[in-house]
Order: sequence, then structure tokens, then C-alpha cells
Amino acid sequence: MKGQVHTGRPSKLLRNLSSKIASIPMVLTAVVIFLGGTVWTVVYSFTNSKLLPRANFVGLDQYERLWDAPRWIMSIQNLAIYGVLTLIFSLVMGFLLAALMDQKIRFENTFRTIFLYPFALSFIVTGLVWQWILNPEFGVQSVVRSLGWETFAFDPLYNSDIVIYGVLIAGLWQGTGLVMCLLLAGLRGIDEDIWKASRVDGIPMWKTYLFIIIPMMRPVFITTLVIIASGIVKVYDLVVAQTSGGPGISSEVPAKYVYDYMFQAQNLGQGFAASTMMLVTVAIIIVPWAYLEFGGRKRV
Amino acid sequence: MKIRSLAAMLAATVILPFAAAHATDLEVTHWWTSGGEAAAVAEFAKAFDATGNKWVDGAIAGAGGTARPIMVSRITGGDPMAATQFNHGRQAEELVEAGLMRDLTDVATRENWKDIIKPAGLLDSCTIDGKIYCVPVNIHSWQWLWLSNGAFEAAGVAVPKNWDEFVAAGPALEKAGIVPLAVGGQAWQAAGAFDVLMLALGGKDRFYKVYKDKDAEVAAGADVAKVFKAADDARRLSKGTNVQDWNQATNMVITGKAGGQIMGDWAQGEFALAGKVAGKDYSCLPGLGVNEVIATGGDAFYFPVLEDEEKSKAQEVLASTLISPTAQVAFNLKKGSLPVRGDVDLAAANDCMKKGLDILAKGNVVEWVDQLLSADSQKQKEDLFSEFFANASMTPEDAQKRFADIIASAD
Repeated sequence: MKGQVHTGRPSKLLRNLSSKIASIPMVLTAVVIFLGGTVWTVVYSFTNSKLLPRANFVGLDQYERLWDAPRWIMSIQNLAIYGVLTLIFSLVMGFLLAALMDQKIRFENTFRTIFLYPFALSFIVTGLVWQWILNPEFGVQSVVRSLGWETFAFDPLYNSDIVIYGVLIAGLWQGTGLVMCLLLAGLRGIDEDIWKASRVDGIPMWKTYLFIIIPMMRPVFITTLVIIASGIVKVYDLVVAQTSGGPGISSEVPAKYVYDYMFQAQNLGQGFAASTMMLVTVAIIIVPWAYLEFGGRKRV
Repeated sequence: MKIRSLAAMLAATVILPFAAAHATDLEVTHWWTSGGEAAAVAEFAKAFDATGNKWVDGAIAGAGGTARPIMVSRITGGDPMAATQFNHGRQAEELVEAGLMRDLTDVATRENWKDIIKPAGLLDSCTIDGKIYCVPVNIHSWQWLWLSNGAFEAAGVAVPKNWDEFVAAGPALEKAGIVPLAVGGQAWQAAGAFDVLMLALGGKDRFYKVYKDKDAEVAAGADVAKVFKAADDARRLSKGTNVQDWNQATNMVITGKAGGQIMGDWAQGEFALAGKVAGKDYSCLPGLGVNEVIATGGDAFYFPVLEDEEKSKAQEVLASTLISPTAQVAFNLKKGSLPVRGDVDLAAANDCMKKGLDILAKGNVVEWVDQLLSADSQKQKEDLFSEFFANASMTPEDAQKRFADIIASAD
């Protein structure tokens, strides 16, 4: 029996063995399901798969058709408008609300609950609620008209040009409370002494916020940004519940295009091409940012 | 072999006590969930239970667009139901080609479906490479213009007899504060209304040239331009319909808020449910009163391949139950659709259904777009027409150009 046991120092591979074993399932999930699924999708986006995936490659045909489709172009435009405005408004409004909350006001708990409450509702419920509120026959328009302004018109969901802003209102109503809470937590993390110092120096409050507090809250802002951004890219259920893409195709979004073409049109290739384009868009935004954020850390 | 039979015996000892309690359970999925539809499907369940088996109802809420992806993913994912509804035509084509659906040719020849199913085109839609894969259960036709007699009375004009009179009556209706044509916001309604105009105003030959032969030149030609002109009229007349679902739009006609609606014969169930009488409260114009041709789209049941022999046998029983005369009559009367057999008696049918039966008997039928175009082309068409109907600045010429492109790339 030559089964000699290795008695030297344990190799690097075996250090923290139990934690490495414990992380195997997650590593496998990430590699096989996330990475594998992504690669598979990208590969099959170059095929003419219909209802069932088939490895019949047709080059860039699916992408040509995608970028020729008026509905896809409309979806991209809508996502851009919705995305930029959501980002700006939810950060600005969320921060303003958080700053107000931070003034040691009375009933802070109550207000916090009220502002955060919409977040407890799903996008489907939010969409339906706002569909009713914005309906010209039951909602805001009819209320204002019944108060005497007979010619008042406010029906964003039935006007192709502004329907995406109707969706935006619902999205902001739902999401701003969470942004407020995250930023409020960030504000609470700022040392009281900073405030005292700035007061001693006679710096006005808004300047303190803008030039001292906000830069100090950078990590919180980044977390918030990631949460908002991921919510924007995947927006689907809100549109389905509120407008189902209408009137016509004027409130379509990319995620809905992917679903509709994969399952309703039974054209997997087209759906894969669209989802690959979504991935590329996200990568274009994330990669430079990640490079700046993590790549530049070499300097001490 | 030995092991397998042993295993089967072992399994049998486990299953037997249950099998004695009730016979084979078959799960049947479908998307018939509205009041009238559920009542209709209950007739099938009753007929199948009477054969000593058990119908396990797998209704999936939401329309076909929601239900079909669920059905397809169950079949492709290896968890097939025993039978499932599809619209016959090309929706299940690839599932059949992939060998996931059961060949019913034996049952069909035994029961002589070729002779009893009328019109014959229905069975053709179930046939792929000479084998029969589905049981058609009803005929639904899209080609109806439903009119509210009350709305026309209120506007002081006679109830139109055809599409041109209807368009001419539009301004009078608008003056009376009535939306002339109700078109709901869902994409399939706009696309369907256009196809109806195409068949009624373009005629059967042109309809086939475009949708069956996929002739893009005809689709871009002057005759189809007339259809787009009519679609432009329809768009103008439909301004002010602020509803989404088809039954909400039908409800506008029922309550006299709208003059008419282009919708399939399933709208009839809504009129019946509201207690309206055909001819008195509402009128119906098959083929828009221009071209009395109806299409033979509809529903069919497909049977996924199952390993369980008992269940496979029960599938055959179910297939012949669905097509049996008694089940056909009971089901179709509740559903408001026409039966797939020419040899059954529908004495209880109302005026509009009788008009439909007449046209069917004369053989003025076409295959519907579901049977001719793939789901992919249908979706592209829906995108185009929902945009066209919602966006008044899109010219008929632009729309026709895009339509011709879709036809050119259709397969």
C-alpha cells in the first residue's frame, strides 16, 4: 500500500474547503443558468427558430428585420424617454422628500409609510389603478370637469403622443418612495458633526447638501441608481396592465416586444434577437461605468 | 421486457384500487372562461364523463394569446395534457412536425370523418402530410357587422343594409353623439376588422391571392388600395371608442352608445346574455352585407402523444365524443358557433345563426387567415393595424406599403 497521505501545507485549492463547497451550487447556477442561458440565447438569435429552437443559421436576418420594425423603434424610443425621465425625477424627488423627512419633522413615521406604501403594490395593480385615474370618463378629467372647468382635457392614455408620460407618472408614483427611503437611510448615516461644522462655518443648508452631503452619499446613490436602472430596463408589467402597449403601438417597450414575438408570434429567433439587443444596450451602459468604478481602483 | 412487465404489474397493484374508483382521467386545457364559453365546454365534459371516463378541466384564464404559450411550454417541456384546444390552422403546426402530437388518422377513418365534417376545408386544416392531427369542434366566422337598431333610430336614419350605407350613416350618428363604429383597443380587433373588409370588399379571389398565395403585387395593387380606403373610413368612424376589450366594445353596441361593430359571431353570446333579440334590438350583416361569404376558422382539439396506454385509449374516446352529433349540438348552441357536421339539426338557432347556417349550406366559405398565415405574420399584421387605427396621421398608402412588405415576407 503506497497510499501516502500528503502531509505538507494544505494546497491553496483546499483552503476554506467547506465554504468553497458551499458556494458550488451558486457558482453552477451562475455559470450554467445565467451565463449558459445568455450564450444560448445569443447563438440562437442567429437562427430562424420559430416555435421550437432550431439550429438553422440565417446570419443577421433577424436583426435586420428587428431594426426595420416600426414597433421595435417605437419601443426603444419609449424606453429612452421613460428611462431618462424616471432616473431624473425619481432621484430628484426621492432626494427632496428624503431631505424634508430629515428635518426632524413630526409624524415622520406616518409620512414615511405613506410615501413608501405604493412600493408595496405590484406593477400590475399600479397600472390598473392609474389606468382608472387617467381614464377621461371616470378619472381626473371628469372630476375637474365636474368642478366647472368644462373644457379641461387630460387623457394621456388615449393620446399617442403623450401616452408614455402617463406610464411614467404611474412608474414614479410607485418607485419614488423606495428611492426616498434608501436616500433617507443614507442621510441618517451622515455624522451629526458634519452638520455642526458646516453651521459653525455659516454655510447655507442647500450648499451643505449639494457640496458636502451628496458627495458623501455616493455609495448610497450608486445602489439606488442600480435599483432604478434595473427596474427601467425590465419594465413590462406596468405597460401591460396600464395600456397593453396602446393606443396602437405608442406605449410599447422592448421587454414586451420580446415576449410577444417569442410566445404569441411563435418566432423565437426574433424574440432572441430583441433580447440580445436589450443585453447589448445594458452592456453599453454598464461596462464603461464598471470600468471607471472598479478598473481605476489601482491607484491608492 | 420482463422487467418492464414486472414493473407494470407492480404499478398495476398500486393503481388498481384507484382505477376501480374512477376510470381514466384526462386533463383538457382550453381558454374558454367567459360565462357562455364555460357553459358550452361543460357540455363536452358531460358527454365525455358519460362514456365512463373523467374530464379534468384545465381552463386557462385570459384569451388565446395568454393560454397558448402556457400550453406550448407544457407540451414542449415534457408535461403534456391529454388534449388541448388550439385554433385549427397553423398554430400547432410545428408541434406536429416535431412529433409531439398524436396521429388521429385511425379514429378518423374508422368513423369516416371525411364524409361527416362539413365544410371539408376544416379537416384539411387538421391534416399535415396526409395525416389527421386534430378534431375540429366548431366554426367561428369573423365576417359580421353587428348593428344597434336603437342607435340608428336615435340618429333618425334607417338601419343600413350594407357597408356603404353604414359609412354614409356615419355623420348622422356622430351628430347624435353616437360613435359609429366600435373598435376596441386590442391589436387583434383592428387586424381582424381589416381582414373582414378585405374579404367583403375585395372578394374571395383577391383574399386568397393575398393571404393564400402571398402575392405581394396584388397586396400593393389598386384593388387592395380600395380596401385600405375603407379601412381609413373605419378608422375615422371608430374615433371615440375608448375601450380595450372586444366585449366592452360589443357592450357599446348593446347599449346604443355605438352604431355597430365588426366582430366575429362570438359577439352574439353577449347580445344573448343581455337579453337582446336578433332582428328587433340588433341586426347582423354577414359579410358586411356586401359579400355573403363566411370563413371557417374556429377551434379544434389536439392530442399530445402520451406514454400511458390507458390514457391514449381514452384520448380516442374523447376524440369521437367531441365530434358526436349530440355533443356538437349541445356545445354549439351554448357557444353561439356553428357545428362542424352538416347532418345535425339546430332548430333552436336564432336568426343570425340561421343566416350563418344558410351561407354554410350554400358553400360560400373561405379558409380564414389563421389557417393561411403563420402566427408570426399575423402578429406583424396586428402591429401594423393597431398602429393604423390609433394613429390618424398614418396614411392608407403608407399602411398598404407596409402591408405588402409583410405579405412578401410571409411564409
